[in-house]
Amino acid sequence: MIVHLPVLQVVLPLLCAPLCVLFRTPRVAALIYFIAAASAFACAVGLNLQTLDGIVLHYRLGGWSPPAGIEYVIDGANAPLLLLVSLIALLVSVYAPRSIASELEPARVGLFFACMCLCLTGLLGIAATGDAFNVFVFLEISSLASYALIALGKRRRALLAAFQYLVLGTIGGTFLLIGIGLAYAVTGTLNMADLAQRVPELGENRALIGAIAFVTIGMAIKAAVFPLHAWQPGAYSESPSAVGLFLSATGSKIALYTLCRFLFTIFGASVAFQILPLSQIGLLVGCAGMIAGSLMACLQTDFKRVLAWSSIGQVGYIVAGISLATSEGLTAAYLHILNHALIKAALFAAAGVVMLRLGGTDLQSIAGLGRLMPWTFAMIVVAGLGLIGVPLSAGFVSKWALATALIDSGQWLVLVAVLFSSLLALVYVGRIVEAAWFREPQAGRTPAAVPRAMTAVTALLAISTIYFGIDTRLPLALAQTASAALLGVAP
Amino acid sequence: MSLAGHYNFWVVIVLMMIGLYTVISHGNFIKKLIGLNLFQVSVFMLYISLGAVVGGTAPIIDDRFELYSHPLPHVLILTAIVVGVATTALGLALAVRIHEAYGTLEETEAQQREREDIKAA
Repeated sequence: MIVHLPVLQVVLPLLCAPLCVLFRTPRVAALIYFIAAASAFACAVGLNLQTLDGIVLHYRLGGWSPPAGIEYVIDGANAPLLLLVSLIALLVSVYAPRSIASELEPARVGLFFACMCLCLTGLLGIAATGDAFNVFVFLEISSLASYALIALGKRRRALLAAFQYLVLGTIGGTFLLIGIGLAYAVTGTLNMADLAQRVPELGENRALIGAIAFVTIGMAIKAAVFPLHAWQPGAYSESPSAVGLFLSATGSKIALYTLCRFLFTIFGASVAFQILPLSQIGLLVGCAGMIAGSLMACLQTDFKRVLAWSSIGQVGYIVAGISLATSEGLTAAYLHILNHALIKAALFAAAGVVMLRLGGTDLQSIAGLGRLMPWTFAMIVVAGLGLIGVPLSAGFVSKWALATALIDSGQWLVLVAVLFSSLLALVYVGRIVEAAWFREPQAGRTPAAVPRAMTAVTALLAISTIYFGIDTRLPLALAQTASAALLGVAP
Repeated sequence: MSLAGHYNFWVVIVLMMIGLYTVISHGNFIKKLIGLNLFQVSVFMLYISLGAVVGGTAPIIDDRFELYSHPLPHVLILTAIVVGVATTALGLALAVRIHEAYGTLEETEAQQREREDIKAA
């Protein structure tokens, strides 16, 4: 059983998807999705326990050995992401039934959970696989499921958002396919480990440089890196609350992981960052994203849109960390991938609670709600502090790591951008807090009862951002093994 | 390494550009999907070119032949074709629902109606 954990991780959610369609009753479908997420989480915990000491697990699908067969490789770089994705999926499975009941008609709930299972399968598969082409296949599984999930949003605008994401997401996925094809053309293998071995012999090969460019741009679209983010605000804010929560915490993070995997493990940092000026481009794009994303977040009038735009700013930090291509920078980026996922999940969970009570998340309509729904808005404040990067919050830990990495590399201008963007974060979080706590509630509002399951998930996420801000051992250890695994340094 | 010798790659590049241009320049959702399809098909052709062997036949074992094309890119691209079909189907389904909700398939008109909605509210 233990031997088969790498594949069970991906296959169990996949098997649950058709079951959700077969048993369409909302309650049963929700239970099946819960089983899928819980078993994936259990597998991820088991895998993390094995990889934390630097052991790399290889699993051959169907017993076929790699170049011919497909191999799943679990190492320090992807095990933490499996843990993150399945944890968020598990929390969503507790959160979703109540929230989705108010946003969807009962006949569609079974299909909703089937899509959630497929999306989870795709994301876990991208992380687990050791085969470059497999990454594309799983990417498309998760993308197709997420287009359908976004289109389920309450307002008709969700359809436009889903269509736009479908067009851009397909272009991104196809760019990845072109990149993999070019890399295959010059190396003759699709196995990541074999690719990594054969790429250095090529030196400055033009097809290889093309492959790097295509993969980088393709994954940058999927991760909503700044100038390629057009699909993201609509997709995150128009989708059903549970979907926004799930995708914002996991989707772009997996794309960033894939980018790291290709740039560092497969193409190698020396080709990607020395022959190509990816470091300069990445830092520039990262800074632009930090400032533009946070600035746009300040101008939004809808709570969920503020969160979506803030994600573009936060992805800027991660991109800047990756672009440094140092072990400190990569650790900081990975740390922020984990921490930001928890923070954004907490905020989107709280936004879902507000959505359930008000039917919308306009900043005007949440005026004074802090007094009527104190717990929900207290959690928004707590997670918001993490977004700004106030000490004792998870956001501070990763920003501090990024700042030290930037200072070590002498990137002072980027550091200024990080600080400026944090000040902007203070503004947009401040606007939400001001609206919720310091304005008079509209007349005739009564305290609303909030479903317990949803509050519990929100609270758990919000508290975890504080907990990981104080006790940083677990995320830091995961991030360090991840950066060591990506850079190929023995931990 | 003559330019004409790699004509298949030129075809791929031209098709890819036509596809991308159609996606960007047209506001009609169906035309966008057609452009997207063209873009994907150009990549299928790139992969099939990779597997081609001069003088090779289809990779089906037969005593009469000794030289076969490389089967792996064909198998890979079969998967990508399925993905392309699924994307197109989902895109068309979305286009139908957009038409139901907005009464139009033009992006600008749909956005216009959305703006009027927001103003009215």
